[in-house]
Amino acid sequence: MATIELRQVEKKFGDLHAVKPLDLTINDGEFIVLLGPSGCGKTTTLRMISGLETVSGGTIWLNGRNVTWLHPSDRDIAFVFQFYALYPHLTARQNIAFPLQAQGESRAKIDERVNEVVKLLKIEHVLKAHPGQLSGGDQQRVALARSLVRRPAAFLMDEPLGALDADFREVMRSEIKRLHVLQNATTVYVTHDQIEAMAMGDRIVVMSEATIQQIGTPTVVYNDPSNLFVARFIGSPGMNLINGKYADGIIHMAGMDNRYVVPQEWQNVLGKGLNTGREIVIGFRPESAQINDHGELVGKVYASEMQGSSAVLHLTINEKDIIHIRTDRLIPYPIDTLVHFDINPRMVRFFDAETELAFKPEVSQ
Amino acid sequence: MSHVELQNICKNFPGVKALDDISFDVKDGEFFVLLGPTGAGKTTTLRTIAGLEHQDSGAILFDGESVDHLTPSDRDVALVFQQYSLYPTMSVYDNLAFPLRSPLRRTSAEEIRKKVEETAEKLRISHLLKRKTAHLSGGEMQRVSIGRAIVRSPRIFLMDEPLSNLDAKLREALRVELQHLQKTQSSTTLFVTHDQIEALTMADRIAVLNQGRIIQVGTPEAIYDQPASTFIAQLVGSPRINLSKSHLEGNIVSITESEVHIPCPLESKLPSDFLVGIRPESIKPDLNGKFCGQLVLAEPLGVETILHIQSGQRILLSLVPGISSYRIGDDVKFDIAVEHIHYFGLDGDRLQS
Repeated sequence: MATIELRQVEKKFGDLHAVKPLDLTINDGEFIVLLGPSGCGKTTTLRMISGLETVSGGTIWLNGRNVTWLHPSDRDIAFVFQFYALYPHLTARQNIAFPLQAQGESRAKIDERVNEVVKLLKIEHVLKAHPGQLSGGDQQRVALARSLVRRPAAFLMDEPLGALDADFREVMRSEIKRLHVLQNATTVYVTHDQIEAMAMGDRIVVMSEATIQQIGTPTVVYNDPSNLFVARFIGSPGMNLINGKYADGIIHMAGMDNRYVVPQEWQNVLGKGLNTGREIVIGFRPESAQINDHGELVGKVYASEMQGSSAVLHLTINEKDIIHIRTDRLIPYPIDTLVHFDINPRMVRFFDAETELAFKPEVSQ
Repeated sequence: MSHVELQNICKNFPGVKALDDISFDVKDGEFFVLLGPTGAGKTTTLRTIAGLEHQDSGAILFDGESVDHLTPSDRDVALVFQQYSLYPTMSVYDNLAFPLRSPLRRTSAEEIRKKVEETAEKLRISHLLKRKTAHLSGGEMQRVSIGRAIVRSPRIFLMDEPLSNLDAKLREALRVELQHLQKTQSSTTLFVTHDQIEALTMADRIAVLNQGRIIQVGTPEAIYDQPASTFIAQLVGSPRINLSKSHLEGNIVSITESEVHIPCPLESKLPSDFLVGIRPESIKPDLNGKFCGQLVLAEPLGVETILHIQSGQRILLSLVPGISSYRIGDDVKFDIAVEHIHYFGLDGDRLQS
């Protein structure tokens, strides 16, 4: 069991900051996801925790012990890579047993531990096969079993599902999460896939350009993104973001003369210290808009998509912006139809167009 | 634009039946998607229409006339591939103009300029026209590739996984734009993909391919709501359909190893053992629900949550709107939309009710 703490940890390659100084506390038993596009510093952060990469500054603490300069093997942390990294000449069983043999455990102990994880992962039937004979998913399960068998204090996983096809990724995603629920081992999981992050994380650390953009539960990063980057990155499609000018409780949008009356509780926040006519970004999720013949906003149908159990309607609201509204599946909308809609006032968010930061709602008394 | 028809196309590669009696037609102005896993025969079908491969038997007709004797260039098709094939030393403008400058077409410089600019506008790449293609991002390059196909008016667009190399956000955006473009131009399009969401969202009709055979042709709604086999039921839809062995006990359908028992639909004649498919959105948690299970996992995706509900030895996936408040270990009562249950024989074929 482990608590991991990063204090002002940074990494520089020459003059370039791969990771700018960051603070992060990972609680015992927590499943933390580092999420961001490629090059954001998430993998470098993970590798610094593992010790595969040295820090350029700051300290890393495991259970209150400073491990910043400890060798990876002395940190009691297991690393699961995207690539299976199994020994091809050993059977699945030998692969799983390997870390215990290397530690010099007794045969009886090895058998006991191997049987335990094999049962947990339901891979009894593949034990005699060599990695080359296994499917991608089973290879991944064997790799996972090999890291579980050591009972490390923490798991570090670097895009372990990246190599699998979509179908199977969904299955493995829930298997890894269920395993975590059963074992409760502290886990740091790196991915660029926001769906994976949402589905798996107790908390998500959203990264971009070598810094942390937001840390929060899936609900928080989804409903209350701290800035425009997070608003766009989380969600599929991302949050609808429309630029407009705020004056006297109303936001005027470019293009189709849309006027949005700002809910009362936000008017004070937006009005505070702002010059009239300041640029604001309105944000709302596709499911937070409702089509309504008398709706206050209007857009023109650009495309509609049947997505299985639901549909998404895409509307142009000016020359450059397309917004997305989630709808029931069965209503067809021809291109160029005018569609009126409302935004659920409880789910609307506002951002400063210049700083890109979210406005915070006033705390009600 | 043309109406394209394939009649009983067969094609063998050494040791493999690549295409096994493929017949379908793409109507004038239709967005037709070939969907299937790797090796299903999608790309071979597309290449055969283009004339890059020759079928062993069967016929390909454009507007009712056979094109089997025509070379690829004489078939007047436009191809877009997964790998962008642009001329890296040429500007975006020259890449777009290239197909029009073919001596066969004798297009005037003025007309070329007009068409290139129109195309660039449609694909939102007007600001890139002077740029060398080597300096573009992946998404921009794929827009140019698509532009090079649509700059002229071929008889059919053949697109082979054009979005597969793009990241998720770009793929989503381009998917919507491609569909808009196709609808506003009414171009006949054959689009190949292994991605079920691309097929559902873009297609007028989908043909599902597996092992060189067409196993179902229909609208996205028909494919999703009435899958002809368990293969299709599992291929389409995310999260995946709940598929369980079941048996009949008197007049009750029992999902094996679970506590789910459903009255047998009256009109159907079910065999004693069969498979039941239930889409996750048809399993609806409800405080007064008839069934009960235990929550073993919740996956909040934002717009909806996937609940993993254990009933007996089975785990059923349920898809609910928003972020669910159920916690792991909670008892969950739920109902099943019985009218949306799918029944399949043990061989995987859909049973007619």
